[in-house]
Amino acid sequence: MERTLKELMPGEKSIITKVLGDKGAVKRRLMDMGVTRGAEVLVRKVAPLGDPIEVNIRGYELTLRKSEAENIIVA
Amino acid sequence: MFLKFALVGNPNCGKTTLFNEITGSTQYVGNWPGVTIEKREGKAKKIEGDIRIIDLPGIYSLSPYSMEEIIARDYIVNEKPDVVINIIDATNIERNMYLTTQLLELGVSVVVALNMMDAADAKGHKIDIGILESHLKVPVIPITASKGRGVTELLERALNVAQTAASAGGVPLFNEMHDESIISSIQEIEKNIIPNLNSKTENSRWTALKLLEGDEKVQETLQVPDALLSEIKLYQEKLERKYDMDIETIIADSRYQFTTSVARKAVKKKEQSSYLTVSDKIDKVVTNRILAIPLFLGMMFGIFSVTFGTIGSFTIDFVDELVNGTIANLFSSWLEVAGAAGWLKDLIVNGIIAGMGSMLVFVPQIMILFFFLSILEDTGYMARAAFVMDRLLRKLGLSGKSFIPMLIGFGCSVPAVMSTRTLENEKDRRLTIMLIPFMSCGARLPIYALYTAAFFSNNQTMVVFSLYLLGIVIAVLSGFVLKKTILKGEVAPFVMELPPYRIPTFKGLMIHMWDKGKGFVKKAGTIIFAAAVIIWFLQYFDFSFQAAADPGASILGAVGKAIAPIFTPLGFGDWKSAVALLTGFVAKEAVVSTMGILDGVSGATDGSVDLLTALQASFTPLTAYAFMAFSLLYLPCMAAFATIKREMNSWKWTLITAGYSTGVAWLVAFLIFQVGKLMGFS
Repeated sequence: MERTLKELMPGEKSIITKVLGDKGAVKRRLMDMGVTRGAEVLVRKVAPLGDPIEVNIRGYELTLRKSEAENIIVA
Repeated sequence: MFLKFALVGNPNCGKTTLFNEITGSTQYVGNWPGVTIEKREGKAKKIEGDIRIIDLPGIYSLSPYSMEEIIARDYIVNEKPDVVINIIDATNIERNMYLTTQLLELGVSVVVALNMMDAADAKGHKIDIGILESHLKVPVIPITASKGRGVTELLERALNVAQTAASAGGVPLFNEMHDESIISSIQEIEKNIIPNLNSKTENSRWTALKLLEGDEKVQETLQVPDALLSEIKLYQEKLERKYDMDIETIIADSRYQFTTSVARKAVKKKEQSSYLTVSDKIDKVVTNRILAIPLFLGMMFGIFSVTFGTIGSFTIDFVDELVNGTIANLFSSWLEVAGAAGWLKDLIVNGIIAGMGSMLVFVPQIMILFFFLSILEDTGYMARAAFVMDRLLRKLGLSGKSFIPMLIGFGCSVPAVMSTRTLENEKDRRLTIMLIPFMSCGARLPIYALYTAAFFSNNQTMVVFSLYLLGIVIAVLSGFVLKKTILKGEVAPFVMELPPYRIPTFKGLMIHMWDKGKGFVKKAGTIIFAAAVIIWFLQYFDFSFQAAADPGASILGAVGKAIAPIFTPLGFGDWKSAVALLTGFVAKEAVVSTMGILDGVSGATDGSVDLLTALQASFTPLTAYAFMAFSLLYLPCMAAFATIKREMNSWKWTLITAGYSTGVAWLVAFLIFQVGKLMGFS
């Protein structure tokens, strides 16, 4: 069973294996922000209202919505 | 002859700070042609020679998918700056270098400014400049822009590169950056496809890469025929099969592998144990589950009470007194002495000077507000606010970044609309701008005060509160409706960097504040001024171009009388209301003073007893409420209108906004009156 970034708990660390989705604004944006295969992600926290989430990737902090995290497959 | 240096870098890399440091007071802010993205230009100080600095928009990539990226790339490709200064955040080299790889692919002269070295030192990062230079094959200069360190050296190196530019080309890097199969595909496209194109390309290696990547902009510019496109597709598919990824991802991956390996070699990070950085500590509080929202609201309340409360109203009174008092009196008596005609005197004093006044009163507020907003932005808090509030606004089809502009709308629509610049997505911006006027601004309060005093003296607060709520509800519903109709489109990604907290530079804050004030006067000023003079004209003359005895007899009065029947189904078909609402375009509070004049109660801007009695004769509580609702929702005032025009950069969308709000106002007032009547209210 594949896990997505959305399913990681705060404090959990993993490696991105695939970013799903066709060519679209979201995928391009993720690519530009360094969310690509092989990058290590650490989930930092969830926003007070339950969404979006904050992750650490390539040495910086990134926030994205759970709906976007759902398309990111992690090891 | 002058040299052009372009500054390119990620958002939050300290680009603006460096730009301010290099150019100081010589900078000029404009817009890129056709869009509302700021273009900053200036001259380099601290160095001999005529060097122009162009600050390109902050971008993460040169892929042509956002307006900013297209602007930056087009500028570099078409305008050919002598040197591209690429600013890299030294604390975050790996991701920042992604943009660098794309600049190097372009084969332009690049000088890398490794900024925020102080922060990198503080974090314990050891950066080997030599290793970076040997891999990137361009000069890398460590700087700390906020303290002015290394800036002169950076400019000297850039100048040096510019003077020996011809020899420097970025092409060699290709082979190191991408692996053999990608390189050979590029070479084959260069050999087999490019010569068959109708249009010549100067940079065939880069063009080949872009064609391989499937870059739509480049395909468009070169008008690549379908036959060649399908040939290119073969190269793409070959790679896609090999890597089991789509072609865009393959190339992006390849660039990232390069930046990761260079960063790994050049940067030695201190062992990160469980220790928390200052940023982490602040974040623990600011985005805390329980504290985050109260803290945000408290901060907003503080900014509000300063900007629109004591200090704000003091500055408004001060400017008002200066323009409409001192200056107006001066001109008045001077024109009196000069024996000017009555209409001329009125034009100058009540048309031109008062028009200027109605514009200038906003300036101090705009400057104070943007002082605070740039603190929030520059410290990095703004991104956190968006992070915290995103969930709430998602339902409207907006992102967390729209929250602050909407909130500012409760103070004044003008700076609120101006502050939508932080929204990157054009559709989000448009929608936010369209919703802002529904937030009940400070200028509507005098209307509520007057009418509630006349009709709801027992529960004034509740009635005023209900109007604020009504505005919010209408904004929410409009968000739903507009997002599903005229602003339909792909959901904008909410993938945003949360930059580390930083202390803003005083210089940066001052420059930003000054720009906003100046920009407002220059850009919105003309429209406001023209509108003020036209309204004065319509108000002063009757159809025989004689001075009208009172506003009711003027052209404006005639128009009011003509349109009054439109308001009959809303319960206030009286021509005086129509005229008052027309003058409300000048400034919403003018509704009150016009009512006073028309009811023959001169100077009654407050709730004087005479005016209250006069209103009670022509309104009922129900029609008064419908009137207040209409005043809240209809056409924004001319200052807001002019700002919307400036920020939307389109008459079409400005008129849609104005038409939409007026239509909604009519509908809501209609429902209030008709349903109220059915329910037995009067």
